This record gives sequence, C-alpha cells and structure tokens, in this order.
Amino acid sequence: MTAVLLNDMSASRSPGANGAARRPHVTIRGLSQRFDQVSVYENFDLDIPRGELISVFGPNGCGKSTLINMIAGLIPADAGEILFDGRRLDQISFGYVFQNYREALFPWLRAFDNIAYPLKIMKVPPAERRARTERLVEHLGIKLDLNLYPYQMSGGQQQLVSIMRALIVEPEILFLDEPFSALDYEMTLFMRGQLQRIFMESGTTMVLVSHDLEEAVYLADRVLLLSRHPARVADFTPVTAARPRTDATLSEPDFVRTKAHCLEVFQREVRRS
Amino acid sequence: MKAGKLDGFLPVIGIAGLAALWWLTAWNKWVDPVLLPSPEQTFGALWKGMDDGALGFDFVKTVYRTAVSTAIAAVIAIPLGIVLGSSEKVYRSLEFVIDFFRSTPASAMFPLFLVLFGVGDETKIAVAAFGAMLVILFNVAYGVINARKTRLLAAKVMGASRLRVLFDVMLLESLPQTFVGLRNGVSLALVIIIVAEMFIGSQDGLGHSVFDAQQLFDMPRMYAAIFAAGALGYGLNLLFIVIERRFVHWSGK
Repeated sequence: MTAVLLNDMSASRSPGANGAARRPHVTIRGLSQRFDQVSVYENFDLDIPRGELISVFGPNGCGKSTLINMIAGLIPADAGEILFDGRRLDQISFGYVFQNYREALFPWLRAFDNIAYPLKIMKVPPAERRARTERLVEHLGIKLDLNLYPYQMSGGQQQLVSIMRALIVEPEILFLDEPFSALDYEMTLFMRGQLQRIFMESGTTMVLVSHDLEEAVYLADRVLLLSRHPARVADFTPVTAARPRTDATLSEPDFVRTKAHCLEVFQREVRRS
Repeated sequence: MKAGKLDGFLPVIGIAGLAALWWLTAWNKWVDPVLLPSPEQTFGALWKGMDDGALGFDFVKTVYRTAVSTAIAAVIAIPLGIVLGSSEKVYRSLEFVIDFFRSTPASAMFPLFLVLFGVGDETKIAVAAFGAMLVILFNVAYGVINARKTRLLAAKVMGASRLRVLFDVMLLESLPQTFVGLRNGVSLALVIIIVAEMFIGSQDGLGHSVFDAQQLFDMPRMYAAIFAAGALGYGLNLLFIVIERRFVHWSGK
C-alpha cells in the first residue's frame, strides 16, 4: 500500500460547481431491496462524486441507513450493482462509523489499540501499526489521551476514536451512520467541526446519514434527499458554502436558502404517500 | 453519591449485631447451651482446630477438592461453551440436554458416580466438576450468544475472518459472563464437595468435620467447621471477583 497518507484534495475542491462533471466514485445501478413485503429500493440508480461529503436525508423509514449499509456490504442487496471506480467492495478499502460508538468500539482495548486494530486484521507488523496510528493522530491534530479505555472517555471522544479507527486503513470512502445522534447538542456541534476538519484534511469521499437537516446541509457538499419507499432521489442538492464552515455559515443567505429548499423537498416527500 | 465518614463501618454493623445477639442468647441461656455454645467457645474451637491442624487439614482438603473440580469444569466448559455459543444451530440442538442436566440436582448423581469411580476422592471431584461444568458451560455459551451485534459487525466490516472475530471479539465479549459462570460454578462445587464429604465414605474435609463433630455432639467444633466452610465459600467468591476486576476491567461498563 502506498504511503500517501491522505490525498491532497482540499486545495482543488470547489464543491458542487464541477462535482457533476467529475468522474463518479461510486456508481449504483438497478439496486433493489425488499424487507418482508415492502419494497425499500426498486431499480435505484445513483452516482456519488469523488472526494465529496454527501449527506443522506429523508423521511423516517425511507431507507437512509439501508442505503449505506448496502453500499458498505453490511446488508446484501437483492439485486443491483455497486461499483467503486469499476471495482467491487472487496477490492477497495473503506471505513464505517456506527451510530452506537459504545457498542462499536472494543472496551478491552485502549483507544490507541482500537484505532490500530484494523491494521492488525490486515496483518501489518506491530511497529508499523504503531507508527501509522501515531501519524494519523498527529495529522488530524486531535488532542486526546489515547491511553484511556473507551469507557473512560466521553461520548464525543469515543466517536472520534471510532472515526479515527475507520480512517486508519486510508479508506477510499467513509460511511457514517448518524454518527452524532447519540451525543448531546454541545458535543454534536463540536463533532461537526471535527468531522469537517477531518474531511478537509483527508479529502476522503464520505457518505453521512443524518436525521438533522441543519447538520446534513452544514456538513455536505451535496445533500441526497430521498423519497418515501420505494426510495427515489428526490433531489441531489449542491451546498456551495465555502469551507471551513462556521457558526456564521448557518445564517448566511445562501445556506439558509439551501436549507429551506431541502426542507421544502422533504416536506413534499413526507406528504406524498 | 457522597460517601459519609462512617460509610466504611457500615458492613461492621451487621457483624457486630449478629455477634451481640448470639452472645446475649448464649449468656441468658435462651437456647439450650448444648445446642448453641457461646461465641467464645466456638471461636476458641475454630482457633484450636486451625492451630493444632485438625480443622486446618480438613480445610485444605476441601479447598483442594473444590479447586480441582472447578479447574476440570472450567477446562472442559469454556472451550465447549464458546463452540456452542458461536453456532446457533449447535446451541439450539443441545440446549435442552444442557438445561435438563443443569436442572438435575448434582447430588442425585452420587450413586451413579459411585458406581463409576468408587468411593475415593475421584467420585467427589467428578460430581462437583460435573455440576460446575454445566453452570460454566451455560454461562459461557450465553455470553458468546449475547455478544454485541454491533461489535461483531464492526469487526466484520473491517474485514476480520470468522476465526478472528471468534478470538478477538466473541471470546472477550463473553468474558464477563464467563466469570459469572465461574463464580456460580465454584460455589456449586463447594456445596457438592461438602455434601460428598459428609455422606460418602470420607475421612477428611470440612463436610466430614461438621458431620463428625455433630455425631460426637461436640457443638463448638461443629460450629467452627461451619464457619470455616462459610469463610471458604466467601473467600472463593471474593477471589473470583478480584480476578475479574483485574482481567475484565470493562465488565459492566
């Protein structure tokens, strides 16, 4: 594996403007999924642009998490094809961050060893594991005592460890399933900032499921709005606000307009039944 | 919660209360002194028994039998429990059998084991190991089955093989429940050993000591042996709690 730790993407990014023209990273074709009698996805197509942060938002039970779980291989799809630059899932490296950090981290390992664990699975020698973990921590500039066990940390710190564990394999794509919804508001705000920084530092394609519209828009280069099931792309709205976004971004007219637009599409989809 | 200054002394209150009640009862002869000797007599007998070695020897014998039977039980039950718990099909097909024998009083197995192993130490140890094994087995399997699904999924999503998930995740996930099994197992083993020492041709052990003293109507010595057995049971439980705190630091967190 080449040691280009993290792509130098942040300089070249101008979100949204040329996103559509860029070669897609993930191509989803003809995706279908049924649970019992309910058709959640039916012949679903989507292109996810490279190096962008995509928020997935939609009505309750429309299959937001199901979508990333199918892309990440946690749930096998009934039909359809998902390719990453033409390759299958087992040919790429990816990361997944669970909503429930408490149950996703290993409480018997210190935070540092939790982060390094995926490298152990990849049979990376211990010395190199150590070095790569230290390099990642330093690169992200996250100040945490990594000698602690997860249960000695706050929820936000645990989720940061989870995110770092997902990033240690230098993933091409990172999936986050409502990563902040188990945190209190203060911690959520802090974590949004942290995730944005990690995204800007790493340039990794990220797909984030969110149930908070403000969060979805704030973090995203594009908001993927899904309809009720069987899910269609109701809209794939670009968010043009410059990064790094701050609290001030939340009240900028452009941001407010985008958010209002997303809300309108959302409401339309909720009412349609 | 704020710990008051006297909180450390709270456990002493129960002990002191019981001792006072006992002493009063003995002093006022509310109960026939032959049946209930005074605390001094009892603890005198306990001290003497431990000091001159008779009770001490029985104590060591019981510790030895309990330890050996628990060790045998653990060595068999822990790997078996992991195999059992990691496959729902295997577990479901054996669940009834395990549950049935777990519910069978181990003391009902004495005659059978006497036929199989004779009247020596082997029988006592075998019955105790049998009883403890089923308790440990059940708990280990239960711990593996109830491994957090998210944690298993997390390992799987990182590309861990089935074997790696088993050793790196399931095994550790089941440890807290394994310790519950070990604690219950050692308690049951002690119960069975004591009973076996009383009734199946034993020349030593705490059970024998209690029974022997009762036959000779030497009540202080009988109470002393009962206390020694109680202390042993409490001590074994404490030992496992200390080991668990040390090695399963995440338990209950």
